[in-house]
Amino acid sequence: MSEKLLTAMPAQRTGAWLHHFANPGRFLRLVQPALPWAAAFSIGLTVTGLVWGFCFAPADWEQGIASRIMYVHVPAAWVAMAGYAALAVCSLLSIVWRHPLADLAAEEIGPVGAGFTAVCLVSGSLWGKPMWGAYWVWDARLTSVLVLFFLYLGHIALIRAFDNPAHGHRAAAILALVGAVNLPIIVFSVQWWNTLHQGNTISFSGSSKIYITMLYPLLIASVGFYLSFLTLVSARMAAAIMERRARNLLVAAAERG
Amino acid sequence: MDLAPFIDGSYGVAVVFLVGIGALTYLRYRRAVRRLAAVERR
Repeated sequence: MSEKLLTAMPAQRTGAWLHHFANPGRFLRLVQPALPWAAAFSIGLTVTGLVWGFCFAPADWEQGIASRIMYVHVPAAWVAMAGYAALAVCSLLSIVWRHPLADLAAEEIGPVGAGFTAVCLVSGSLWGKPMWGAYWVWDARLTSVLVLFFLYLGHIALIRAFDNPAHGHRAAAILALVGAVNLPIIVFSVQWWNTLHQGNTISFSGSSKIYITMLYPLLIASVGFYLSFLTLVSARMAAAIMERRARNLLVAAAERG
Repeated sequence: MDLAPFIDGSYGVAVVFLVGIGALTYLRYRRAVRRLAAVERR
């Protein structure tokens, strides 16, 4: 076996693995039976987390019951950032490997992610008024999340801005990849600059500065929000695949007859 | 300062968004399933 062929084999395997999961029909067969369960779990966890946070979570010693806004604001912020990270990964898959599902996923992640970012911004603004005396301040964390919201809106607009959908997907993918630089800025903004926004309370590597009775509802609401995001995007992708399939069948029938 | 309107408002925005996008997604999904089934029956 030649050296050229030997070096080509791993690349072929990677491509085969990617294309195995890039099949819209396979995606539909995997997702459709799981959707009712995913929807049930996301509703259950989100309702549990929000009701626990709204009705039963203890008040903070400093902020009082205003800290209950945390159970909406923090999960929405985490999902907004994770959604954009997923958008950037899909864009990379689309540009490098022309993954058929990646464009579809990117198109459906945009509106859902923008919605979660809007919830984060509005709830943060409503939390800011009683704590800081202002609905909005131009500090690094707030401004970088506002930029994230505009990046989502730009992606939604750009993907639909061309007559040729492939051109729209390519331009939007480049925007999503360039915009990914904003994610570390959001995360580290409270460390790099002197911000009015509080520092990171929860740490996955060290000890968290949050009491356990507040942490549990926060984690449940967060898992509920993440699962809701995943369910919504999967359902929208499945719907988009079925819409395209119906359109293609109609076109094929029209060409035959 | 009465904090209740700020808390109610933030939960209200989240619930309206989640219920709204959930309902829109469900309606779109159901319409797509029905449309594909109708086209495949032709």
